[in-house]
Amino acid sequence: MSQRPHAPARPPGGSAPLLVVEDLRTEIRTPRGNLKAVDGVSLTLDAGETLGLVGESGSGKSVLGRTVMGLYTTGPAMTVSGRVLIDGADVHALGDAGRRELWGAGVGMVFQDPMTALNPVKKVGVHLTESLRRHGGLSRAAARARAEELLRLVGIPEPARRLGQYPHELSGGMRQRVVIAMALANEPKLLIADEPTTALDVTVQKQILDLLGRLQDELGMAITLISHNLQVVAGRADRVAVMYAGRIVELAGADVLFAAPRHPYTEALLASVPRLGRPPHSRLEAIDGAPPDMVAPTEGCRFAPRCRYAREDCHRVPPVLAPEAAGGRARAFACHHPVRPVVAGGS
Amino acid sequence: MSDFVEFTGPAGSRGRGRYLSWPGLGLAVPGLALAALAPAALPGPGWLSLLAFAVGLGLAYAGLVRLGRGVFGGSFDLMFWLCLAWLVVLVSAAVLAPMLPLGEYHDIAKTIDAPAMAPPALFSEHPLGTNNFGLDLLARVLYGARASLLVSIGAVAIGMAVGGAIGILAGYFRRLTDTAVGVATNSLLAVPPLILLIALGTVLEPNLRNIAIALSLLALPSMIRMARAATLTFAQREFVLAATAMGASRWRVMGRELLPNVLLPLASYGMVIVSVLIVAEASLSFLGLGIQAPDPSWGNMIAEGEGNAFQDHPHIVLVPGVTLFLTVFAFNLIGEKARKRWDPRQAKL
Amino acid sequence: MARGVLRRLAEIAVVLVVVSVGTFALVDLTPGDPAIAVLGEGHPPEEYAALRDEMGLGDPFLVRYGRWLGAALHGDLGTSLIPPNSDVAERIAAALPVSAEVAVLGLVMALVVSIPLAMWSAYHADGRVDRVVSAGTFGVLSVPSFLAGLLIIMVFSNQLGWFPRAEWVRLGEGLGGNLYHAFLPALTIALAETAMFTRILRGDLITTLQEDFILAAKAKGMSPVRVLFSDALRPSSFSLITLLGISLGRLIGSTVIVEYLFALPGMGTLIIGSADKGDFPMVQGAVLVVALIYVLANALIDLSYGYLDPRIRRAHV
Repeated sequence: MSQRPHAPARPPGGSAPLLVVEDLRTEIRTPRGNLKAVDGVSLTLDAGETLGLVGESGSGKSVLGRTVMGLYTTGPAMTVSGRVLIDGADVHALGDAGRRELWGAGVGMVFQDPMTALNPVKKVGVHLTESLRRHGGLSRAAARARAEELLRLVGIPEPARRLGQYPHELSGGMRQRVVIAMALANEPKLLIADEPTTALDVTVQKQILDLLGRLQDELGMAITLISHNLQVVAGRADRVAVMYAGRIVELAGADVLFAAPRHPYTEALLASVPRLGRPPHSRLEAIDGAPPDMVAPTEGCRFAPRCRYAREDCHRVPPVLAPEAAGGRARAFACHHPVRPVVAGGS
Repeated sequence: MSDFVEFTGPAGSRGRGRYLSWPGLGLAVPGLALAALAPAALPGPGWLSLLAFAVGLGLAYAGLVRLGRGVFGGSFDLMFWLCLAWLVVLVSAAVLAPMLPLGEYHDIAKTIDAPAMAPPALFSEHPLGTNNFGLDLLARVLYGARASLLVSIGAVAIGMAVGGAIGILAGYFRRLTDTAVGVATNSLLAVPPLILLIALGTVLEPNLRNIAIALSLLALPSMIRMARAATLTFAQREFVLAATAMGASRWRVMGRELLPNVLLPLASYGMVIVSVLIVAEASLSFLGLGIQAPDPSWGNMIAEGEGNAFQDHPHIVLVPGVTLFLTVFAFNLIGEKARKRWDPRQAKL
Repeated sequence: MARGVLRRLAEIAVVLVVVSVGTFALVDLTPGDPAIAVLGEGHPPEEYAALRDEMGLGDPFLVRYGRWLGAALHGDLGTSLIPPNSDVAERIAAALPVSAEVAVLGLVMALVVSIPLAMWSAYHADGRVDRVVSAGTFGVLSVPSFLAGLLIIMVFSNQLGWFPRAEWVRLGEGLGGNLYHAFLPALTIALAETAMFTRILRGDLITTLQEDFILAAKAKGMSPVRVLFSDALRPSSFSLITLLGISLGRLIGSTVIVEYLFALPGMGTLIIGSADKGDFPMVQGAVLVVALIYVLANALIDLSYGYLDPRIRRAHV
């Protein structure tokens, strides 16, 4: 069942990647049995790079994000195996205290719903300063000044006044800016953004994504952008990993992936997204069937039951995420019978 | 109180349960034996036999849980069935008490020859011992159960009938009726329950009927509120509007359409509050304001053990005390389970 | 917000009037002649007549009620019917601090124990400790307070001899002695309250701990203790306050019983003793005072929500 750990090609510079994930597995205990939310994921991320992590809801992408961060560790509720190195530190071997040093300092996280990611009874200022004081050792006054600066950085007007307000007094977009400011407080090298715009209005979504892009340029951090929406990732990620049923099924440079998907699931995902440039009234294709049962998954390729290209061997032998034989930079997919890379999406 | 003692562990499948049942039996039998023999057979200090008794009970419980899961499947809740069994045994024994071959429970004149303060001995004439007048404790506990259960269940019934009626009236007529009922309910709630009972105890003759009426006052406010809330919801529903449109009289609407729908939440709340009322009655009798000795009630039996009697003859307190505890526990557990199952709104107060 | 407060105050006033009428009507509820109830039978008729006069039973109900309420509003609750016919208000003033101290002490003990216990249970939900705590608190809730008190006396005063029983040292006579004598009564009160608080707070904390903002706080590297106290407990503190309101009635009840058990000179002992002897003025006065405190405390709890929850606070302004 195991997939071969796969390390995409190193960047030309040859320096060690910022994030290394090796054969990561997260099993969540449920009354029915263990749910394999993340099932053997390997990937790397360089400093300053943006990785898009795309998949349907339930594909395990959020669990992957939280496991990478070390928020999910082996405990009564779940088992984690594999390795995660952030800037050389093994997150799951660090221990609780070590992880707490890392969180909010070396790695920050932006959550999906700004309505729930802020504590309703704590002022905006406290949300920001507690992290600053915890990691930076700043005095109360210095932390406050820095918090004000952070709010300005994320584009919140009147930052001094906002510090004294409660979350419910801000709009959704403003709150998400606060959440981002919170994650950025100590200028982490890695930001994990878990569906940062899903809960927001469409107009605000673009602002927030642009903000993340601008901050990345200014602060030089790496971002893992998790989304169920390919459009969110398009044009913002350097590389894109497509997840299905706990596994990465395709991992490629964004331009390559969007131009010529090799995995049938990626193709189907792209086909289900409305795009400019297509003839008007062309059909949007929904993916038939439901995601697989992750407690007792099927033996072969997990997408096989829904795949239009599936053949007999797909139901038996699990495909391995392998670099493309022809070999461009960092392109890999897990499929026995990949989509022909000629023309994508054209009818 | 959404969370609840779940003694059941992670639910095992049926097949796995069967596999568990044999070790379960192996655990249960010696456990029960140890628990049964400990007080009688083990020599040595009291705490040692007490410890052996507890360990035996624990083993037996663990064994029975496994046995039960093996036979009835993984969701088998032993504690629930034990509680139910206890209540069934208690109620039937209380009902049948006059017909059972029990010792004297009431008349001191008949027990002049009987041993006073006899400790419990299971196979003797007085299985649970006697009190300082030589009255049989088993008989007293069962007659006490008659009084306690009669008074508490009677109070719940009065509360349901009166509270339900008032609540429906308030919820249906709204306006002035509702306001007046609201003030009355709030005023009843403005006096802490036990203080209310004591104040009534000052003036009322302490007989079963009066105690039941006094206790029903404790159940009344919540009953009224629940009936009123349910009426408010149901009065807007189509079937009630339809009945009104077809010319049904107001009384008919209340009696035929609203009452059946209001009854279910009231009944499930009644289950929960029975144990509260049992404790209230016991407290009142313990304070000497409820059922009066020599008529037994668990409260006044426990009061007999106040002071030094408890030290020298712990069974005076422990026999009614443990009975009271088990009964309250059983009602709480079953009430909680019933509330969880039938009342998803978790109506409180 | 001001309008809400006024409305609440009006409600309280109405309720208190109804309660005072009810309390005063206690005498009229008595079957038979109250004078006989007080003196017992077999006294010369003049004595009964004198007592009836003293109780003012000849006048219509409303007149008597008006007279009583007027005096009560001036702090005069009448005098006891039982020799030495002491002043009701004075007796209550002497008894009230004792009850208040024991009750507050019990409440504080319950909070001090239940908050960490609930946190531990919720943080390690379904763990070993949590299961024991859940089962234990459920069991404790099924032990009536008078039984718990008897067992506590049995163990701590009779068997171990660590604490005295049936003695009371007033606060004025030394804090140490006072606390020493108040410990067992307070412990008895605290027992059931602890179980109740722990159960409800635990359930509430488990819900709170699943919130995103808890994960967000963790993701900032805050310590578990800080997350629990600063992030989880504060939102849960509202339910703790609700809980205080709900448990207040039971708290007063168990205080009464505990005072009786430990023979403390508090309100409970006063009320029970007077109820036993049919001393109406004393019972009426004491019940009225307890109800007044109860109603006011509940109203304060209601109002405190507005000040504690920023969302409600702003909504009212």
